[in-house]
Amino acid sequence: MQTFFQQIINGLSLGSIYALLALGYTMVYGIIKLINFAHGDIYMLGAFWGYYVINVWHFNFISALLSAMLVGAASGVIIEYFAYRPLRHSPRITALITAIGVSFLLENGMSYLFTSNTRDFPQIIKQVNYHLGGVQISNIQILILATSCILMILLQLIIKKTKMGRAMRAVSVDADAAELVGININWTISFTFALGSSLAGAAGVLIGLYYNSIDPLMGMTPGIKAFVAAVLGGIGSVPGASVGGFIIGILETFVQSIGLSAYKDAVVYFVLIVILLILPAGIFGKNTKEKV
Amino acid sequence: MKKVVSMAAIVMTAGVFAGCSTAKTTTKGNQTTGNTIKIGVNMELSGAAAGYGQSQKQGIQLAASEINKDGGINVNGKKKKIKLVIRDNKTSNNTSASVAAQLTNNDKVVAIVGPATTNAGTAEIPNITKAAVPSVSPSATDPAYTLKKNGKVQPYVFRACYQNNFQGATAAKFMTNTLKAKRVAVYADNSSDYGTGLAKAFKKAYTGKVVDSQFFTAGDKDFNAVLTSFKSKKIDAIYAPGYYTEIGLIIKQARQAGINVPIVGSDGMADPKLAQIAGNNNASKIYYTTPFSDDVAKANPTAVKFMNKYKAKYNQDAPTFSALAYDSVYMIKQAIENEKSADSVKIAKGLAKIKNFDGVTGNITMDKEHNPEKPIAIEELTKGKVSESFNVK
Repeated sequence: MQTFFQQIINGLSLGSIYALLALGYTMVYGIIKLINFAHGDIYMLGAFWGYYVINVWHFNFISALLSAMLVGAASGVIIEYFAYRPLRHSPRITALITAIGVSFLLENGMSYLFTSNTRDFPQIIKQVNYHLGGVQISNIQILILATSCILMILLQLIIKKTKMGRAMRAVSVDADAAELVGININWTISFTFALGSSLAGAAGVLIGLYYNSIDPLMGMTPGIKAFVAAVLGGIGSVPGASVGGFIIGILETFVQSIGLSAYKDAVVYFVLIVILLILPAGIFGKNTKEKV
Repeated sequence: MKKVVSMAAIVMTAGVFAGCSTAKTTTKGNQTTGNTIKIGVNMELSGAAAGYGQSQKQGIQLAASEINKDGGINVNGKKKKIKLVIRDNKTSNNTSASVAAQLTNNDKVVAIVGPATTNAGTAEIPNITKAAVPSVSPSATDPAYTLKKNGKVQPYVFRACYQNNFQGATAAKFMTNTLKAKRVAVYADNSSDYGTGLAKAFKKAYTGKVVDSQFFTAGDKDFNAVLTSFKSKKIDAIYAPGYYTEIGLIIKQARQAGINVPIVGSDGMADPKLAQIAGNNNASKIYYTTPFSDDVAKANPTAVKFMNKYKAKYNQDAPTFSALAYDSVYMIKQAIENEKSADSVKIAKGLAKIKNFDGVTGNITMDKEHNPEKPIAIEELTKGKVSESFNVK
């Protein structure tokens, strides 16, 4: 039983990272129907930014996290402006291929500039383990869970309660109609990219701190798994992405704990296939009307 | 995506066939003309294995510049300088094959150092065999790498490192005799032949009980789930063959989860980065098999010279991969000097006959299957520093 609860904790920590990433996918998809494959690499940029500011400017955790979110947001907006905006009226496959291209550019560009060596992330927070009835949880795991939850709630508030959030919802339902009632589409889409990418930037710093290892290709696999999480939750649905992320994290953990570690990635992709066949709209895809 | 891949495959095959036609000259293999000996480097300089490729490149460059400073390689009384042709195979099997074709046909190299990984190395074999140019891989460890399907040796394929069976069996003996471990969990990298091969070799040779056998993939960062299940199984030790990037994280996560049993691995761990990733306080009771231990090195003047020069040039301690790559270049030099010829076919013959070669990674003799026979040691890390080194017989 202790092992079981320990695995739940492991799964939740892993899942919260997937959830943060999945939110970015789902928001961008909701608004311009584009699967932004470069999203996982923005997470990598966030991690490298955190590495840099902590080592060189001696930032503390909070300022490193916030600045990485800003950097993530800025790079998301820049990518959207230069790579996706000129293609907004081209076929969707063009934009999709561009997204893959941007992803390769970021991965190989970073490898070229900073070498592809794995770096050890500075440990600004000392790990402390707490024991609760035989189950062990570290302060960093609590920090990751808490930060992810706070960011997800914040995101939900922005989408539901602010004017900008209403504009985002309007554009995602019907871009032309939204423009007719005076919503600046370009601005709204940029804002969506900024919001999604800032979450990826935050995830980068959290992962760096948790695993203590970053490299230019670190965004690849988590990026794809987060995409599966977004599809599982119902792509376009914000609560769906969070739930999907946690489900994938826990699923991966349990597959490993029952001794099938060699198939942990295969199981995640198998889930993707099953979902696409049986429930193409995802868990939350049909129930929720609002898409962001 | 599929279309792109098949297009690439067509282009690649076309390249191979094009190379085929130009290679049909009257004499077999590439000859050295002029005053330089061209040595090709087919290396993982970008992509997943770039960390190893880059360290190997540094070892190769150090060896070449050292040899050139002394005037070059003595070919039948005449000194010729080395010219390196370095090409990146991007850790891709396709690219490795085309790089090999380029090196042998266009650049006309007489020998190749690389690739670092068994997969990319195997992809290279058809092209170098066609061109009759030998290749020395510093770190392709799969037992079958130097062999053809029918079990005969590949005439142009050599390596500078141990093959898996030897390393896995050594680790197994060490577990039983020195650590007295009776229940062991195996946690191996299954994205490379290196990890799976070592795990297989270990399980074959280990006499105790393997209670659990799990796998991870290169690039994984989260090992908590498997480690948690190991923890509930009362193990005496963990055998984790793989590279330092993942093993470093496994050590960190195991220690943080309260698993304090010894963790034994392979030469892929022998890198100062291991302790950096794991954290010095976590890196205790860590053991790995290595050809290049500090103790062995201290008794070996060639190794001391190499380590000092490496530090002076790159400002870091020499990783095992650099040492193996450095040895690969010197093995080619030895072959040229013994055969008194820098023609590719002769070099291949010379490499097969290498005996008592005084390398950085020990005294090397090439066996029938083109595997180097050399001593092996096991190093122990305590608080991230090498604290002891065991000789395993």
